[in-house]
Order: sequence, then C-alpha cells, then structure tokens
Amino acid sequence: MYVAVKGGETAIANAHRLLADRRRGDRALPSLTIGQIIEQLGLAVDRVMAEASLYDRSLAALALKQARGDMIEAIFLLRAYRTTLPRFGTSLPIETGRMQVERRVSATYKDLPGGQLLGPTFDYTHRLLDPALLDDEAVEEPALRETDGTPIMRVSDILDGEGLIEPDGNMPEDHLAGDITREPMEFPMPRDLRLQTLARGDEGFLLALAYSTQRGYGRTHPFVGEIRMGLVEVEFEVPELGFAVSLGEIRVTECQMVNQFKGSAKAPPQFTRGYGLAFGQSERKAMSMSLVDRALRTDEFGEDVVAPAQDEEFVMSHCDNVQATGFVEHLKLPHYVDFQAELDLVRRMRAKHAAEQTPDTDQQEAAE
Amino acid sequence: MNQALQSSPETGRKRGMDLLSRATRPELEAAWQALDDRPAHEMLRGPETGLVMVRGRIGGGGAPFNLGETTVSRATVRVADGAIGHGYRLGTDRRAAELAALFDALAQSEQHQPFVEEALLARIEKRQAEDAMQRENETAATKVDFFTMVRGED
Repeated sequence: MYVAVKGGETAIANAHRLLADRRRGDRALPSLTIGQIIEQLGLAVDRVMAEASLYDRSLAALALKQARGDMIEAIFLLRAYRTTLPRFGTSLPIETGRMQVERRVSATYKDLPGGQLLGPTFDYTHRLLDPALLDDEAVEEPALRETDGTPIMRVSDILDGEGLIEPDGNMPEDHLAGDITREPMEFPMPRDLRLQTLARGDEGFLLALAYSTQRGYGRTHPFVGEIRMGLVEVEFEVPELGFAVSLGEIRVTECQMVNQFKGSAKAPPQFTRGYGLAFGQSERKAMSMSLVDRALRTDEFGEDVVAPAQDEEFVMSHCDNVQATGFVEHLKLPHYVDFQAELDLVRRMRAKHAAEQTPDTDQQEAAE
Repeated sequence: MNQALQSSPETGRKRGMDLLSRATRPELEAAWQALDDRPAHEMLRGPETGLVMVRGRIGGGGAPFNLGETTVSRATVRVADGAIGHGYRLGTDRRAAELAALFDALAQSEQHQPFVEEALLARIEKRQAEDAMQRENETAATKVDFFTMVRGED
C-alpha cells in the first residue's frame, strides 16, 4: 500500500536552489565554460560519452558542469537526454583499420608496420604532481616529425596471415545486430549484444572484473596485441540519395587483446581474442572491455564458468552504472510505511520470543 | 573545377556533402552572407536533431554491433529552381545543417556550383588536409625509434 504524504515542496525547491549555489561555488571565481571543460577535462568528457552511450562532446561537458563533476550523475543526465530524441537510423560500421591514428601501441611486436606511436599518454610519466599547473604557465607546442606514410597495419592482420589467431568475430549469416536499448536483456546473450552492453558499462566495474581475471579468477593469459586511438568517419546511408554520406568524425579507442590458444580435433591451436571499443580516448575502458569480452566467451571455447568475470548474467546485469545507481540510491527515498510494517513485525516477533522463553526459564530453575 | 565532380555527379555530390558536414557554422554563415543572389527556399524537413546509432565491428573487421549513439542534425530544403538539398552533420547545430542543405542544393546548379566550390568546399578540403597532416606529424613525433645497446664484452 502506498500512502501519499505531501509537504516536501518548499524544502525540495530550496534544496535545488542550494544545489545551484554550491555548484556555482565562490562567485569571485569565473564560471567554468563548456569550452574549458571540453578542452581541459577532455578525458572526463570522453568517459561520460562512453558510459552514457551518446557521442556529443558539448552535451557531455554540459552534463559534467551540471553534475558538479559527479561522473555517474553526468552519465545519467546524458542518458536521460537521449531518450528525448528520435533515432534517424544506424550508421555503416566504423572502420577502425582506416583510423586517423593518434596513438597506437603493441605489446606483442616491437617493430611492426607503422611503429609504436605513443601519442598523448600518461604512460611513462612519473606521477608526480606538477606545481607548474597551479598557475597558468605557458605550454610548449607539440613536436612535429614528417611521416614516412607507412600504413598502420592492424596487428590482428599480421598474425592472421599465418593463421595463428582466430579471425575477427563473426555472427551467423542471418544474425541481425541486436540493440539493448530496444529489446529486453535475455540470456544467453549473443556476443554483439554483450559488446554493446560492455561498451556502455561502468569503467570501474569492468576494470575490477578485468583485474580479477588477471589474478586467477577466470584466467585468459592476455597480451595487448594492439591499442589504437584516433578519428574515424561516421557514414550514414541516406535513403533519399541512395548513397552513404559522411556525418563527420568521432574519436574512439580500440583494444585487440590476444589470448592463449585454443584448438580442437579439427582446428590446430591458435590464439583467441578479446575486443574492446569505446567512444573517446578511453584506453583503460577499452582494455578492460576486451579482457571481459574474452572471459565471457566460455561457451565458444568450452570453458567452465568458475569466476564472476565469466558469468554472463552477472556481468551484463550489473555493469550499467545508471541502473545500478538507480536501485542503490532509491534506498534513501522515503520508505516510512514499509519500515513501520517491519517495526510492527519485529515487535510482535520479540513478544512471541519473550513468551516462549519465560516457561523454559521456569522449568530450568525448577530442575536446578 | 574539381575532378570528382567531372567524373561523376554522384561522387561529386557525396564529396560536397561530406565536406559540408565538416564546415564550421561561421564558415557557412559567411558564405551565405557572401552570396549575391540568395535564393528563395522552403524547408521540406527539419532542421531537426536526432540520433544515429554508431556501429562497430567485432574484432575490428567482423560482424557489426551497436557501439552507441551520436547526435545528428539534418535538414532538407527546396530552392527556387526546384533542386533539393540535404544537410547532415554530427552534433546539435540545426542552423548549420540547414545552411549545409542550402549549399548542397545550390551546388547542383551550374550557376552556383563554382561559388560553393570556392567559398566552402575547397577551403574545407584544404583545412581538413592541413589538420590531418598536423595531427599526423604530432603523432609521428611520438614514434619510438628502438636501438639496441650491446652491454659487456663478447
């Protein structure tokens, strides 16, 4: 039974007014601009886009500002916004092999076509706080170097030439790519739907699961075959025109994880793979995703499900942070009536317990 | 005149639309203002903002899967001579989509094609190539040149 209780209106309005005040902070300091957030907190913007599953840098920055930097709140805001828009259709699949690469590293081959391109990375920094950033110090322009024009070959293609690695994942011919935003979750879930779910999954949750596989909870013996980050073109088939037009470019991060071999009576042993792809410069996310993707492919390789990262239903049902925060945070909303019922119940149980105890005590005393 | 347009009107149109999707709003506005004979036109659709589901491929080259959505703005216009233009671009700038649709329509007429080419397409193409080159050179400077150190005596 629900009983409506009123009276919070003024308190709520004033709480939101106070929230707006705290969001703005000290009025003596200039207000953050959306441009500043996009340019100077770019990786936060990328994470919001990835987990909101909506690519729009300006809106993600706005969400971050409105949420006072609370990532999950910002993701929630952007998710809510997307529900207000109609869908025009589906893009052609982006071609990461034709990416304008801004970073590309491989941990499996030192000298590979195109080379190791470090790009703008935190790797090899000393993780020492930089006091220079306390002030607005001038920053050097990036170094430049002529390119030799070598195409940046995908590492999976190098291994594929020798048949040493399983090919890119294929689905049955008649399979249409599913969409978790349109259909309810069902298990077992095909790999395309799992990848969509992981791509919007919480980075922290996926990172912890990925780490757990490395520590032995569903070990997959991974190597980073390749990580690449850069710009890819989004093409869209316009029905009235009969050809695909380019809508512009988006930045994505891709991780090709190479894992230890599987073979069978029919096929000789070959490396298996896990795949990660995420909006923005989201390397930790793409790596975690690829490890979890591989761990979840137990049915394909006849592996036993012995660890959380391999449990499809567990991972898929809990990786969405908007869903998770909704259910956890709803606990703080009024549960007065439910709790009254519980109070009443526990009082009655205690009364019964006391009544049962009394004769026992009497008997015990008599026996003594 | 560009070669693409001469080789096939369709690839020429695609090139134009692809470039117009990259035009900045100020570029489009400036070109529109610079046009001597701005044609009468009617909106057939939009301008409106919606979503396009972006697909990736499993393993990079395998079966498609839905990666996530992106905002897209689009518009369709008919100009006085009857030509229909479409504008499609990432983001929520509906005015830019509308202007792109107008220039797509204008580019279909012999009278206006050279203007669109000169005022917008050639410039955007140049800028895009320069940006790509700059990014490529910045990235190339972070390429690792391995060398081997021989330690000890053999």
